[in-house]
Amino acid sequence: MRFILFELKEGMLIAFRALKANKVRTSLTMLGIFIGITVVVLMSTAIKGINNSFQDGISALGSDVLYIDKWAWFTNEEWWKLRNRKSITLADYEDFKSQVKLPIAVAPVINSQQTVKFDDKRVDGVFLNGSNADYVKTTNFTFDQGRFYNEVESNASRQVAVIGSEIATKLFPRGDALDKIIKIGNANYKVVGILAEQGSFILGPFNPDNQVFIPIGTIFKNFIAEHRGTVTFNVRAPNPALLEETKAEAEGVMRKVRGLRYDEENDFSINQQEGLMAEYNSVVGVIQIAGLFITGLSLFVGAIGIMNIMFVSVRERTKEIGIRKAIGAKKRTILTQFLLESSAICLLGGIAGLLAAILGSMALNQYFPTSIQVDAVIIAIGVSALTGILSGFAPAYQASKLDPVESLRYE
Amino acid sequence: MNIINIEHIAKIYQVGLEEVHALRDVSLRIDKNEYVAIMGPSGSGKSTLMNMLGCLDTPTRGKYDFNGVNVSEMTDNDLARIRNKEIGFVFQTFNLLPRSDALHNVELPLIYAGISFAERRDKALKALVDVGLGDRVHHKPNELSGGQRQRVAIARALVTNPSIILADEPTGNLDSKTGEEIMQLFNEIHTKGNTIILVTHEEYIAEHAARIIRLKDGLVEKDEQVQNRYIPQKINSSVEL
Repeated sequence: MRFILFELKEGMLIAFRALKANKVRTSLTMLGIFIGITVVVLMSTAIKGINNSFQDGISALGSDVLYIDKWAWFTNEEWWKLRNRKSITLADYEDFKSQVKLPIAVAPVINSQQTVKFDDKRVDGVFLNGSNADYVKTTNFTFDQGRFYNEVESNASRQVAVIGSEIATKLFPRGDALDKIIKIGNANYKVVGILAEQGSFILGPFNPDNQVFIPIGTIFKNFIAEHRGTVTFNVRAPNPALLEETKAEAEGVMRKVRGLRYDEENDFSINQQEGLMAEYNSVVGVIQIAGLFITGLSLFVGAIGIMNIMFVSVRERTKEIGIRKAIGAKKRTILTQFLLESSAICLLGGIAGLLAAILGSMALNQYFPTSIQVDAVIIAIGVSALTGILSGFAPAYQASKLDPVESLRYE
Repeated sequence: MNIINIEHIAKIYQVGLEEVHALRDVSLRIDKNEYVAIMGPSGSGKSTLMNMLGCLDTPTRGKYDFNGVNVSEMTDNDLARIRNKEIGFVFQTFNLLPRSDALHNVELPLIYAGISFAERRDKALKALVDVGLGDRVHHKPNELSGGQRQRVAIARALVTNPSIILADEPTGNLDSKTGEEIMQLFNEIHTKGNTIILVTHEEYIAEHAARIIRLKDGLVEKDEQVQNRYIPQKINSSVEL
């Protein structure tokens, strides 16, 4: 054991001596591993970052909320079958709400994309939601200023609006949105509440930060003819554990509301975030694997570079190997020396790559959530050491097998 | 006491379809503190014999006892250990590691012997002082003259305190004056009790030895004591090489 440590230590010194003697070659070879490790680590941290913010975004949707809709988020049905379903109406909502017992809140939602203006500032393509006062109970919204519109305002279809934090920042950079009159479409609305920052960038227009909420009656009055729109019910279960029960009850009640016979299919869909997650994983998972594979290829190319250089190095140093063997180096000693050389190249390149990736992810973090995890560090170092050993093995083995007599004669 | 005892050794190389008999049937004994020269024209098998004696190669037939141990059937690793501990090589082309300084070159066999840093540094320094290079320890081979390089190689051969010094044309790449100085160094080493085997094709170099073994066509042609052994004069010790 002590002798193995001794050999490792001496081998390391000899390896570093050889690497130092060939600075240009060493650093060029290192560059291959450096780039490989940098992109792999950056890729994996970016993936991790996207995953995290998607998780955040998803949980903003609520793991205890069901969305009863004419349309299904994910389905294998023909789209025209869904299109031919009857629209869900506000009357259905009243009917449904009066019959379900489990949910703590049920809110009808309908939306439209509109332009929101204040003075000369405008935000286009805003998700405009119409709902009632119960809506806020189906969410975990917190408020920066003001409140959600109340039942009176909602029932009377008043011209009031609650705006998301990003809309507020864009229209009111000084943060004085409360009680101001904004223009949505052609009508004026009074801002009664400003949401605190809610979701994450990943949801895009579905992020509540980019949305505006007005009473459902108001949206029917100003933007959508009531007979043409279809309403979604946001149904919140008392807690995530009761979600399935709530779903079962909701399905039964909904079938009654829609007057379906026992042998008729549902003419509505009950959506939930779980499906979203599964869909996300199946789509993004493939992209992630492809991304890691492609970046992994660059690491592979780096490894081939190392193997190539090590083969050249063994050939070039045939005489040196002969000398070392003549004065008593064993096969194992030569093998260790060359393996240590290739591992040292990889480790140094890997550590440099890791540092670059950390810097890179700090820079990227301003546009894009990334996070370097400890496991990424361990994996990067482990992968580079492994690359060194694997790509160095064949050349090192070749070196260890050289015949001392022939290699001494080699010029 | 025999250090080397070779009995009916043969070495046959397969070159393409032909068999080349580098050594046909060689038997010889070398005692402790002998100074032997092996001579012969090229193709006589003297390099092959030297590789065999130096445990760099194993014979096709025959038996080789080194210090009473049969080395003709040893594994590569055991041979490496024998080379490391028992044999000091000096080559015609010096065979130093070009990018390492004199000290590291001399240290190298001690590293492979597993000797600790401090101890091997001391030994290597002493060996370099012994060959007259105490002031050149951190010079690299390309900063040294031919004679100095050969001295480094001799220091490397001596540093493990081996049973035999095996020198293959040690003066072949040196001018005659420097060659003479190296031969004088060998003489000193021999006087101190070492066993030296010298491979050469030059008569006047061989005459430094006490015994000459002449090879021809893979056989021992003649094995005789030198009558008028040439003992080199002690040249001025402040040698400029």
